[in-house]
Amino acid sequence: MIMDIFNLKDKVAIVTGAGRGIGKTIALGLAEAEATVIVVSRTKEQIEETAAAIAEIGGKSLAITADVRSKEKVEYLVDLTINNFGKIDILVNNAGGMFSVKTMQMSENQWDVIISENLKSVFLCSQAVGKIMMEQRSGSIINIASIVGIVAQPLNAAYAASKAGVINLTKTMAVDLAPYGIRVNGIAPGLIITPGTEWLYKNPESMSRAIPLARGGRPEDIIGGVIYLASDASRYVTGETIVIDGGLLIKPPINQ
Amino acid sequence: MGKIQFSLEGKIAIVTGSSRGIGKAIAIAFADAGADVVVASRTISDLEKTADEIHSKGRRALVVRTDISRQQDIENLIETTVNEFGSIDILVNNAAQLILMLPSMLRDEGWDKMINTNLRSCFISSREASKFMIKNRKGSIINIGSVAGTMAVPYESAYAVSKAGLIHLTKVMAGELSHYNVRVNSIEVGMVKTKMTEAVWSNPQVAKIFEQGIPMHRIAEPEEIAAVALFLASDAASYVTGASICVDGGASLAGFNPDIQGMTLPEKYRIHKESSE
Repeated sequence: MIMDIFNLKDKVAIVTGAGRGIGKTIALGLAEAEATVIVVSRTKEQIEETAAAIAEIGGKSLAITADVRSKEKVEYLVDLTINNFGKIDILVNNAGGMFSVKTMQMSENQWDVIISENLKSVFLCSQAVGKIMMEQRSGSIINIASIVGIVAQPLNAAYAASKAGVINLTKTMAVDLAPYGIRVNGIAPGLIITPGTEWLYKNPESMSRAIPLARGGRPEDIIGGVIYLASDASRYVTGETIVIDGGLLIKPPINQ
Repeated sequence: MGKIQFSLEGKIAIVTGSSRGIGKAIAIAFADAGADVVVASRTISDLEKTADEIHSKGRRALVVRTDISRQQDIENLIETTVNEFGSIDILVNNAAQLILMLPSMLRDEGWDKMINTNLRSCFISSREASKFMIKNRKGSIINIGSVAGTMAVPYESAYAVSKAGLIHLTKVMAGELSHYNVRVNSIEVGMVKTKMTEAVWSNPQVAKIFEQGIPMHRIAEPEEIAAVALFLASDAASYVTGASICVDGGASLAGFNPDIQGMTLPEKYRIHKESSE
């Protein structure tokens, strides 16, 4: 049956930033596809909630508190995963953050914080997990980028640059790791309404006008793409970033 | 799998060029996922084989002889589908042809043939099918493109232009049809083991040269394209429109890697003699 190619039975997946929003939904989606999910974030209470939600649907998970901006913590995360499950099949680099500031007023520290949260973290996790996957000769790394890595976003220069960096890191690591049977791909979500971004999207009507599919995105909209990229269904896909944005990127900002 | 819906249960799909290769793999995958499938191409006998496999999955199949370079054939395909199956939920524009020729040596007829067969046909079938999708306020159109549409692959000239046009046709139609909840996406395929690429994969020496240029070091099977078509056709991709998904084993990433540069075509395609000769 063709549906079986999307199944993740017996796979071990790490999801960073899994305490809330898109990451939490991805963790639940992977668990629903029968993967064992390592849920990671800095906030213990939140990942414990995600783990409980996975248990509720009959899934298997392990919550690990770790700050993925630190090489040491990332290595701890990888060691702990290997000690518990012996392998890592899927890594979803989802952790990240943003705040708005005028480019010309951004401090050096603000730049560093955003680049480190969104780009350095992806590099650190992919390198540490990549080493395990190279030994395994298999693996799928999925980076959650953003359409803002493709088009400009005023007030978010560092965030936009970090996401553009993620899109290219995806391509370059895909070429690096292809000889080892490891695939590296990304997803560029559009405007996704989550508890963390609700404050940004207070006007659903203007959102409906701006987005071709006439609604803001939901975290659930991302799962299909993540499962496709995590599973054998995409075994010939690497270096690719799939845009999931309700068509936002194709529409010029007129008549809004 | 709960909320994740890759199923096509109860949907009606048209797949052009489904007598063999990628189109056949998509038609069979769709049937396996629960869709009734209309198969279209020029060769009835081959189409019937695809239809038999669809039937063996317990789904309905409809064979419509279609030359996609003929407008009335496309109109007939859409009309017959609606008359026989009552609706169209999914249209896969897969049929295409390839002429390998340097652009400076390509005749007018070759250019016209590439644009007509690979681009104009997709516009016409999408326009005709979308009339019903607009009425139903749902639908998914999937255009099978090529990495030739994003890179200037030598010798593929007019074919490459037709495929680049297809990527943009995807976007402009997605922009218009999104209002009616009709999604339009494209798949950019790399080298896939089909009749079109037989000259490459049937010769181990030539195949090896091409494989070296692909980071994954292998040529794809048609089934690997079918999987992404299934994703795009299904509700799992309900927020995906105007997107282009590249399935090429990393071939289009190569950029400036000297190890995977260079393309040597078989002798019969070589038009310019090497300077040393």
